[in-house]
Amino acid sequence: MTDLSVMPPKKAIGPIQWMKRNLFSTWYNVVLTLVVAYLIVTSVGPLISWFFVDANFMGSDPKDCSGAGACWVFISQRLDFFIYGFYPGEQQWRVDLMFLLLAVAFVPQFIERFPGRKWLGLFGVVGLPVAGYILIPGGPFGLSEVESTKWGGLMLTLILAYIGIIASLPIGILLALGRRSEMPIIRGLCVVFIEVWRAVPLITVLFMASVMLPLFLPEGLNFEKLARALIGITLWQSAYMAEVIRGGLQAIPRGQYEAASALGLGYWRKMGLVVLPQALKLVIPGIVNTFISLFKDTTLVLIIGLLDILGTVQSTVTDPSWQNVAVEGYVFVAFCFWVFCFGISRYSQSLERKLDTGHKS
Amino acid sequence: MKKQAINARTYGVKPWYDPRVRSLVYQTLAIALVFWGGWVLVENTLSNMASRGISTGFGFLDETAGFGIIMHLVPYDATMSYGRTFWVGLANTLLVSCMGVIAATVLGFIIGVARLSSNWLIAKLALVYIEVIRNIPLLLQIFFWYFAVLSNLPSPRQSADLGSALFINNRGLYLPQPVPQEGFGLFIAGVVLAVFAVVWVAKWARKRQLATGERFPMVKVALAILVTVPFVAYVIAGDPLGWDVPALKGFNFKGGITVIPELAALWIALSLYTASFIAEIVRSGILSVSKGQTEAANALGLPNRLTLRLVVIPQSLRVIIPPLTSQYLNLVKNSSLATAIGYPDLVAVFMGTTLNQTGQAVEVVAMTMAVYLTISLLISLLMNLYNRAVAIKER
Amino acid sequence: MRKAKSIALGVALALGATVASGVMAATTLENVMEKGRLQCGVTTGLPGFSQPDEKGNWTGIDVDTCRAMAAAIFGDPKAVDFTPLTAKERFTALQSGEIDVLSRNTTWTLTRDVSLGLNFAGVNYYDGQGFLVSKDIGVNDAAELDGATVCIQAGTTTELNLADYFRAKSMEFKPIVFDTSEQTVQGFAAGRCDVLTSDRSQLAALRSKLADPSSAKILPNTISKEPLGPVVRQGDDQWFNIVKWVLSVQINAEELGVTSSNADDMLKSDNPSIQRLLGTDGDMGAKLGLPADFGYKVVSLVGNYGEIYDRNVGPDTPLGLDRGINALWNDGGILYAPPVR
Repeated sequence: MTDLSVMPPKKAIGPIQWMKRNLFSTWYNVVLTLVVAYLIVTSVGPLISWFFVDANFMGSDPKDCSGAGACWVFISQRLDFFIYGFYPGEQQWRVDLMFLLLAVAFVPQFIERFPGRKWLGLFGVVGLPVAGYILIPGGPFGLSEVESTKWGGLMLTLILAYIGIIASLPIGILLALGRRSEMPIIRGLCVVFIEVWRAVPLITVLFMASVMLPLFLPEGLNFEKLARALIGITLWQSAYMAEVIRGGLQAIPRGQYEAASALGLGYWRKMGLVVLPQALKLVIPGIVNTFISLFKDTTLVLIIGLLDILGTVQSTVTDPSWQNVAVEGYVFVAFCFWVFCFGISRYSQSLERKLDTGHKS
Repeated sequence: MKKQAINARTYGVKPWYDPRVRSLVYQTLAIALVFWGGWVLVENTLSNMASRGISTGFGFLDETAGFGIIMHLVPYDATMSYGRTFWVGLANTLLVSCMGVIAATVLGFIIGVARLSSNWLIAKLALVYIEVIRNIPLLLQIFFWYFAVLSNLPSPRQSADLGSALFINNRGLYLPQPVPQEGFGLFIAGVVLAVFAVVWVAKWARKRQLATGERFPMVKVALAILVTVPFVAYVIAGDPLGWDVPALKGFNFKGGITVIPELAALWIALSLYTASFIAEIVRSGILSVSKGQTEAANALGLPNRLTLRLVVIPQSLRVIIPPLTSQYLNLVKNSSLATAIGYPDLVAVFMGTTLNQTGQAVEVVAMTMAVYLTISLLISLLMNLYNRAVAIKER
Repeated sequence: MRKAKSIALGVALALGATVASGVMAATTLENVMEKGRLQCGVTTGLPGFSQPDEKGNWTGIDVDTCRAMAAAIFGDPKAVDFTPLTAKERFTALQSGEIDVLSRNTTWTLTRDVSLGLNFAGVNYYDGQGFLVSKDIGVNDAAELDGATVCIQAGTTTELNLADYFRAKSMEFKPIVFDTSEQTVQGFAAGRCDVLTSDRSQLAALRSKLADPSSAKILPNTISKEPLGPVVRQGDDQWFNIVKWVLSVQINAEELGVTSSNADDMLKSDNPSIQRLLGTDGDMGAKLGLPADFGYKVVSLVGNYGEIYDRNVGPDTPLGLDRGINALWNDGGILYAPPVR
């Protein structure tokens, strides 16, 4: 027979006790709780009925929407456009394949002890751009060419954010090293570059890239709009990246620098073999956070006329055959972004906690 | 440094292994590279503009603009110059930025504190707010507040009104405008007098507290003075304030103050979005103050309210201020999204219409970027000064 | 692959590679021939002028102007790539050589012709600015619009015309400036403004985008002249001439009764004007640097001006626009193309 006296109590406090402690502890907490609870109950009801109960999910044309609730038929009918833009239907498998590769490379990063997690991550950073470079525009291996003006929707959003972050990483590292350099002129140049790009809004950068970049280049050399936008985004993002990485460099204890120097390592070997591997590991959460903000900021490209996911929605909600679907469209985009950003930010937070215990200088 | 150089030479190190020489070479190279790059860029631009027949220079700033702008804080009409459109845009940018900074700070502090509330429901509500708002792109939120909310507001003829002085419709929010009349000077004098009185009482109370240790109910007294004195002055002057109440004339309301929906949508979106980031900053700032500080303050016999005001908040501000600065900067930069919904800020008016009518992209974009650079340097400077003031003073 | 290379090159540039010295000097025609395709700047979506369908196929008058050029140069109207441009970017895109021709609903004005380094090669649609109002504000004439709130699209001559018109009538207005035509309609539909102003050809299309098109009407007033046409860079007369004469060939073809369906029969015509037009007589093509039968290709593969008009903006299309002043000169309009001889 078990000795009940050594067992822990079943529950520390009962629900009533819990409520008394956490909801109704003082008179103003009672008032606050009641008011907030009332507001939640009155607003959640109509929201649920708009989202689910009165909403229309099935169907193929505007007549299938009753108008009482959300018209999700609109989203499902235009989903292809929201995901691929004008990418030709029979070639969309190439984009799907890229989505799959992206998921294969990055989803395991959320799962600890996934076999070969690091190799997949490496593939995500190095192999994926190569795969995308072959698959998306087409050309080699008998893949038909798809010009970049036909790219759009979620696919374009991901391309912009992904290339922006990957390409800005090496520039950011160089800038961060430069800003911490002992050479005053190099340091000064890096500081000016970083601070200027950080001070101006992305919109002006994109605008400059789309309108002014052609003026800066020698005659005959020009890029299409998407490439120009990518140049602008990369330069802008590299300034933010540099600041994140600088934080990591600063967190590495002096002893590491000194020990590397004592071993007779030159500057690049000291940085490449000792300091950067540690610093980059430290700043992964920071890089993930800048990725999230870049991901959200890519919506700005619609202002220079590129059709990202928000752009595709914005251009279809005015379709006269569907009436008043603006809210549905915006909710859909908001949901897409929210799922991505919230998921990734949770990952970055857990990473932060893990690294926090591992490294305290 | 000098010693090292001597060492290098005395040990017969080749000059290209001497770190000083190397550093000099690298830096010279870097400078040369930057100058060469800059020169190529300028050269290209100039030759491109010349070969394409694009006019250059800032002469266009004096030409007549010839287009209308819906909202201007500085006097403007279509007969004025392109240079004036720059100031109109800048003023509008500053207006929405200031409004946004104030609202986002207030809201952010409230939500940040609510996040730490002992009330479970309030804390969770704050958490949901933060996680939802900050993970949705700002541009989308602006579109939502503008297009989705605007289309559900009534038209001018069916305006919702509050006491037939304040009207809301899809053209904006119409408020009565105070019009000072004779004797208004007396009221102003009352306000000034009250402010001076409060400052004097505060000084006196502080001196007394230092001398005797007795606390003076400063807040209550200050409020009483600030309300009573101007009120008495107002009554004596015989109600010296008229109101210009908006009224429906033709298609729209005329008179009063109009808050255009573009401004309202941008302001709401900017404030809500930035507040979600500020709330997290405030939360981590408050959490950064160690529990020992609170306990020590309690042990000294300070009541909870004073502990918060004198111990916790001053210390957490040190942690809060630096990231808060960058949020303010972000808000100013994000205000440029105005162009997406037609609020006439600097980017929409100057880098939009003016650039397009004159075609002088280089000059216009350079001016616009210079403005943002200046604003951001100014904010950093102010915040650095403040930061220095609240920094830990070690003895 | 060219696209991909350009993107890769862009990233390489961003990665710090220095700008190499330029490689050009060839004429626009030589460049186009070498690429094998024509790069044509169009709108991001404007019904009747240049509009992509859900698969990204472009249609419209401006699109057909480019297709006619591709037909003239390569004998293949599909050898065109379209670059969608916002109103703000269009001129730099042309100046920088990103596109070979700008066919983007662009108004011919003195300033644009002179100070932007551009040449307008002709007019493919004569337009004018008008007003779309909601019916329930009870306005029948633009002169009654004092105090109105007006939705406009940014970066257009429309903004200036509007200010001029109201100033001339000493009336007041409040402009709401949007970036794209979609947002302009959305703003009008949401009731943000009383009036939407744009080129008259567009008002019909924009009205059709409203949830209830019958709730709005187009006022009879036309407040400006908007000759719209293709634009090229200054300094390449051969290219300028090609664009100009491809356009003229389309108009002349309509005048001479040559259509895409009867072009083959017309090859046997003994009318010397038709012979010159279709290239069976004379060497008109060679003078332009084009194949001798370029006129035949344009008409047989794309059509004459009348056909292009009818299938894109004519009465049987959603825009439903009558020919009006865009009819031939001998049919009550002002289209008068110089003769091919």
